[in-house]
Amino acid sequence: MSTTAPRPAERRSLGDRWHEAPRVLKVLVWALVALFFFALPLINPPLLSTPDSDFGSVLFTVAGYGLVALGLNIVLGYAGLLDLGYVGFYAVGAYTVGVFGSLHGDLPWPILVILAVTVSTASGLLLGAPTLRVRGDYLAIVTLGFGEIIRLVALNSEFLNQARGIQDIPRPPSLELFELPTLSWDGAVATVDLNDTSVFAKFGLLDGVPYYWLALVFIILILVGDTLLQNSRVGRAWEATREDEEAAELNGVPTFRYKLLAFAMGAFIGGLSGALFASRQGSINPETFIINLSMLFLAAVVVGGQGNRWGALAGAVVVGYLPERFREVADFRVLVFGLLLLLLANFRPQGLLPPRRARRARKATQQLQHLEGTEGGARA
Amino acid sequence: MPELTKDDRSAQAGPGGRPLLSMESVTLRFGGVVALDEVSFDIREGEILGLIGPNGAGKTTAFNALTGVYQPTSGRVVFDGQPLGRRKRYQINRLGIARTFQNIRLFGNMTARENVLVGADSHHRSGVLNSLFRLPMHRRETREGLRLADELLDMMDLAHRGDDLARNLSYGEQRRLEIARALATRPKLLCLDEPAAGFNPVEKQRLMDLIRRVRDLGNTVLLIEHDMRLVMGVTDRIVVLEFGKKIAEGAPEQIRNDPAVIAAYLGVDDDQLSEEDEHL
Ligand SMILES: Nc1ncnc2c1ncn2[C@@H]1O[C@H](COP(=O)(O)OP(=O)(O)OP(=O)(O)O)[C@@H](O)[C@H]1O
Ligand SMILES: [Mg+2]
Repeated sequence: MSTTAPRPAERRSLGDRWHEAPRVLKVLVWALVALFFFALPLINPPLLSTPDSDFGSVLFTVAGYGLVALGLNIVLGYAGLLDLGYVGFYAVGAYTVGVFGSLHGDLPWPILVILAVTVSTASGLLLGAPTLRVRGDYLAIVTLGFGEIIRLVALNSEFLNQARGIQDIPRPPSLELFELPTLSWDGAVATVDLNDTSVFAKFGLLDGVPYYWLALVFIILILVGDTLLQNSRVGRAWEATREDEEAAELNGVPTFRYKLLAFAMGAFIGGLSGALFASRQGSINPETFIINLSMLFLAAVVVGGQGNRWGALAGAVVVGYLPERFREVADFRVLVFGLLLLLLANFRPQGLLPPRRARRARKATQQLQHLEGTEGGARA
Repeated sequence: MPELTKDDRSAQAGPGGRPLLSMESVTLRFGGVVALDEVSFDIREGEILGLIGPNGAGKTTAFNALTGVYQPTSGRVVFDGQPLGRRKRYQINRLGIARTFQNIRLFGNMTARENVLVGADSHHRSGVLNSLFRLPMHRRETREGLRLADELLDMMDLAHRGDDLARNLSYGEQRRLEIARALATRPKLLCLDEPAAGFNPVEKQRLMDLIRRVRDLGNTVLLIEHDMRLVMGVTDRIVVLEFGKKIAEGAPEQIRNDPAVIAAYLGVDDDQLSEEDEHL
C-alpha cells in the first residue's frame, strides 16, 4: 500500500493523534462528553447558566434547534438542496401529535411520535418527488411556499382548529424514578440545592430538564446514524450530487433518488423535532410556525458550517442559546444577530466549523486497513 | 486483483472486433444549429477510436448523445446490442459507458480517493440500511471500492494524492483523476473528451501510453483529441466530423491522406497539423 506512507511526525496534529487513539479511549471520551451534556442542567454552571430564564428549558430549546439543524444539514449541507420551508415539516410533526393526541384522538405518546415522523416523511416525499427533478432555484421557491402553505392550511382548516390551535397535547410518559438535586453556585462555590430538584424523567409543565434529556438522546442517535451514513456509499452519493449533479449522474449516481432520500430524512428529523416541541409546549397554533423559524433553522446550519454535523450543532447553540443567555440585549436581539451574521459572512464565510474534509478522507485509508485486518483475522 | 484484470479481450478481438456501440444516423439539433447531421459510425470492441474535427464540429455533442446527456433529435445509439432509448444517464453509465469532460468536472470538495469511490459505487448496492448497520454487504463493497480506488489512483500516478481534495490537484492530475473516476465505474467503453488538452508534448505522450494501457486491460476507448500526430499514433481508426457531418472514417494513414480531411483542416500539412491545438 503505497498510499499510506507515514506522515512526518511533526505534522501530526491533535486531530490525527485522536484518530489513531485506541478505540476504548475514544469511546470513553465520547461517553464523558455525553455525560457532561446530560449533567449540564444539574451542574448549572454559573457562566453558562441563563439567569433570566429556566436553564433546563433553554437547553431544551437549544437541543430542539440542534435536532432541526442536524436534519437540515443533511438536506442542505450534504445533498446541497436549498430548503427554505423546513418549518413546514416541523409543523407537520407538531400538528400530527396535536391532532391525534388531543384534538381528534388520544393515542399514546410513543405512537404519536412514530405517527408524526411517518406523516412528515411522507410529506417530504410528496413534496420532493415532483420538485427535486427541477433545478435548484425552483426548489427554494417551492419549499418556501410549502412552509407557508402548511401554516395557512392550519390557520384556515376547521379540522385543525384554525387560529385557536391545539391545547392539551400529551407529554411523554413519566418514569419518576428518583430525584436529582441541582447545584447552586455562589461565586465559585457550589452547594447542592435540595429545594431545586429534578425528578428523573418526570415530564411535567415546569421542569424542562427531562425534555432536554429526551432531545439529547435523539441527537446522539442521529449523530451516530449521520456519521455512519456520511461515511458510506449514501453519503458519497449525496456529496457528489451536491458538487456536480450531471457529473455524478454520468458516473452512475441516480441523483434524483438520493436527493429524495436526503429530503425524506430531513423531513423525518424535522417532524421528530416538531413532535418533541409540541409535547413540551403542550399547545401549538399556526403562529408558532411562521416563516421566520425556517430562516432561523437555515441560519443555524449556515452559521455553523453546512456539511459538518458539529457545525450544525454549534449553529444551533448560536441561534438558540445566545439570545437567551444575553437577555440584556434582548431588545436589540435581531440587530445583534444581523451584525454577527455580517461579521461571519466576512471572516468565516464557510461557517464557524466548516467540514474537515481532508481529515475525513484519511479515515478511508484506516478503514481499509481495519477491514483487511479483520478479514485476515477471520481467515486465519 | 479485482476488476481491472478482465480477460484481455482486446488481444484476441483486436481492432475489427464486433461493434460495441453504433451511432445510427444520429441527428441532434439545438434550435437552428444542426450539431450532428445523420452521423453513423461504429466503435468496435477493443479498439481505440479517434474522433476528430475542427472546433464546433460536433465531437462533444456526439459524446453527449451517446452518454444520454442529450436525446438525439432522430436516429439512435445502440450499445452492446441494445438501443439506449430513453435510458437515464446513470443507467447508461451502468450499461458500461463512462466519460470524461472537456471542461474538467470533478467533485472538487471531495478527495481524489472519494471521487474514484463514487465511480466504484456505481455497481454497488448497499443503501441506507446496509450503511447504517454496517452489514456484510457494506463491508464487502467498501473493501472492494477502496481497493479498486487505490489500484486506479496508482495506475494514474495519483497514489500520493488520494487524500487531497480534488480541487487542490494540479491541472494534469485533475485530468487523470477524471479518467480514474470513469474507469472505476468499470466501463466497457471509455469516452475521453480532449484528455490531453493543455498538456505539453511529454505529458501528452505519457497520457497516450496510459490510454493504450487502459485499452490493453480490455476497455474500448473513444478519444477526442486535437493533436493530429498523437491521434495518428495511438488510435486504431479515426472518424472525422465537420459541421456536424461525418466526412471520413478509416485507419490513420487513410485519414492522413484523405482530401476531405485535409481540406477541413485548411489544407495544412502534417507538421502544422500537430500544432493544430495551439490555435484552436
Ligand atoms: N447545449 C447546446 N446548445 C446550443 N448549441 C450547442 C449546445 N452544445 C453544442 N452546441 C453547438 O453545437 C455545435 C457543436 O458543438 P460541440 O461542442 O459538439 O463541438 P466540438 O466538436 O466538441 O468542438 P470543440 O473542439 O470546440 O470542443 C457548436 O456549433 C455548438 O455551438
Ligand atoms: Mg468539444
